[in-house]
Amino acid sequence: MTVLQAMRKLPGGVHPAEKKTLSNSTPIETAPIPNLLVIPCQQHIGEGAKPIVAVGDIVLKGQMIANADGFISVPVHAPTSGKIIAIEKKPIPHPSGLDDLCIVLKPDQKDTWIERNPSPDYQLLEKNAVINIIQQSGVAGLGGAGFPTAIKVSPRPHMLIDTLILNGVECEPYITSDDRLMRERADDIIGGMDILIYLLNPKQCLLGVEDNKPEAIHALQQALAKKSRQVPCHIVEIPSRYPSGGEKQLIYLATGKEVPSHGIPADLGIVCQNVGTASAIFRAVVHGEPTLSRITTITGEAVRKPGNYDVLIGTPINELLRFCGVEQKQLSRLIMGGPMMGFSLKTETAPIIKTTNCIIAATQRELPPPPPEQACIRCGMCDKACPMHLLPQQLFWYSKAKDHDTLRSYNLFDCIECGACSYVCPSNIPLVQYYRAAKGDIKKQELEQVKSDRARKRFEQHQERIAKQKAEREAKLAARTKARSQSASDQDNKTSEIQAAVERVKQKKYQESDNK
Amino acid sequence: MTILTAILSLLGLAIIFGAILGFAAIRFKVDGDPIVEQIDAILPQTQCGQCGYPGCRPYAEAIAKGDAINKCPPGGESTIGILADLLGREAISLDAEHGEIKPKTVAYIREEECIGCTKCIQACPVDAILGAAKQMHTIITDECTGCDLCLDPCPVDCIDMLPIETTPKTWKWEQPDKTKLIISDANQGVAT
Repeated sequence: MTVLQAMRKLPGGVHPAEKKTLSNSTPIETAPIPNLLVIPCQQHIGEGAKPIVAVGDIVLKGQMIANADGFISVPVHAPTSGKIIAIEKKPIPHPSGLDDLCIVLKPDQKDTWIERNPSPDYQLLEKNAVINIIQQSGVAGLGGAGFPTAIKVSPRPHMLIDTLILNGVECEPYITSDDRLMRERADDIIGGMDILIYLLNPKQCLLGVEDNKPEAIHALQQALAKKSRQVPCHIVEIPSRYPSGGEKQLIYLATGKEVPSHGIPADLGIVCQNVGTASAIFRAVVHGEPTLSRITTITGEAVRKPGNYDVLIGTPINELLRFCGVEQKQLSRLIMGGPMMGFSLKTETAPIIKTTNCIIAATQRELPPPPPEQACIRCGMCDKACPMHLLPQQLFWYSKAKDHDTLRSYNLFDCIECGACSYVCPSNIPLVQYYRAAKGDIKKQELEQVKSDRARKRFEQHQERIAKQKAEREAKLAARTKARSQSASDQDNKTSEIQAAVERVKQKKYQESDNK
Repeated sequence: MTILTAILSLLGLAIIFGAILGFAAIRFKVDGDPIVEQIDAILPQTQCGQCGYPGCRPYAEAIAKGDAINKCPPGGESTIGILADLLGREAISLDAEHGEIKPKTVAYIREEECIGCTKCIQACPVDAILGAAKQMHTIITDECTGCDLCLDPCPVDCIDMLPIETTPKTWKWEQPDKTKLIISDANQGVAT
């Protein structure tokens, strides 16, 4: 159980004030069940879940209330027992501040569990069955984007996984939820790691932790030592520097391999999971408990009781802040996520979701509003700070000019939006926002292209069909006129026959009268 | 004699190269005008006819023959920009005669008012309307291009063009506010 040092140094990066001591000195506290839970159906990238309950239904804790809809989608469960009182659009924690479909649950405060289905002997189950449990339990990446975990742990057969990496780096300032989780629930994390080892069958397993968390490293070491494993497991101490916790950065630091542009870690035989996700996997498989709550750091100088809280998914942020003793007068900015990559919340009533690792209630002095943007002086500090070897300054110019082709050739989509460039910019240019806007524009244009290609195809098919119908109609018309003229001539024949017969009769009569 | 050799050898070469060129002309013949295809791929395919041509392809053919590139309101400035890049022409602003740039819309049939006349179905260039005679009609919103062509034929005016709503999924970041402040204003201005 050796502690390894990182193989490489992080290229670029910054070292902002950590501010972690605000919240990492107290144990995780369980937040109370609020009066109302607002559970968004979409809590991660991909497709939102589809509600399977109706207004007025009584649900139990852990009961599925919305099912996965599509491949990149996970179900949502009732975080506690109670009654569904509404299924409607409500504010969600999103940079847009827009509303989205939410299931509103009125808790009965009894917290009655649905029948659980634990599988402590998961090794006896088929791998697919274990993956199915993870999917049905609604486990999504708790580190950042919330990618459905079941997809990540079932790599395609041609990709052999040789390294499993657990990400406990947590490099962003303020956030300490993974730190406390590692200190207090290291057994759950290691349990989840064992499940991942069973599923992926890697040759080695690495746990990346930043060197500013010695207690967490110690706790993980102890938890690792409890059992011997065939797969070598090591803790990798990562020097504190932002953003070493980015997936691609951690992979480089721990293994020396670089994830190719447009590639995924599985291309290199690596799967990377957040420690919180590992613990969620453990609870889902071994205890049969879906993801109903998460550890969220509530911090900032505007709260009296900063710390880490075990919060039910759907708890309104304002209720949680009240529980932590927020000083409303002091509060100037509310941020979800860290100060580097997070976003300002537009409404306090938005709920905690699976990806909410931190809420910062900052005072004016602590996080002042950004100073006005000034002209780029081409100092090149952003180039040095970029951990992805990109050229932030060039990307900035081309984003501003909306030159999408050049942006693509400068690998805009490799940008991880870590904010290191904006952090060092002496002109206070919100660089990341320019990149995000450009990425949005490009994606929108691509989508429109797909749609217009489809419209073209449909239009062509439509015209083909119209032409075919017209041809058919004309053919039918021609056939009919032909038939009509035929029948007309037939009619003529008939009349002449009758006439002939009449003539014959007349002649006969003549002859007869003549004979007489 | 030498002059004869020169003529013969050049003649020989000419025949060989002529044969190669002739072969290539048949073997690598390009069907249709590729520039038309490229222009057509850029146009938004609403088939709305606002440009004065009966569809996007006829307009693409017209552009290839030299018609102006600013007659497409659904495409807007971005389409004009891409066309200008492709054709090496100047990006001019949209010709207001052919309509103005409007936010993207989709058609919506007020179903209780629909009398089932099928007139809109016949007008729809992309078959995005579902229905039958004396049956209520409805729009397949995913396929609707927002061309407005179904509005005129409707005898009871039961079709609305509704703007496409932005959802958290389709929402995108805007570029930071352009308002620039000089440093002495920094403490007075509202920062964005």
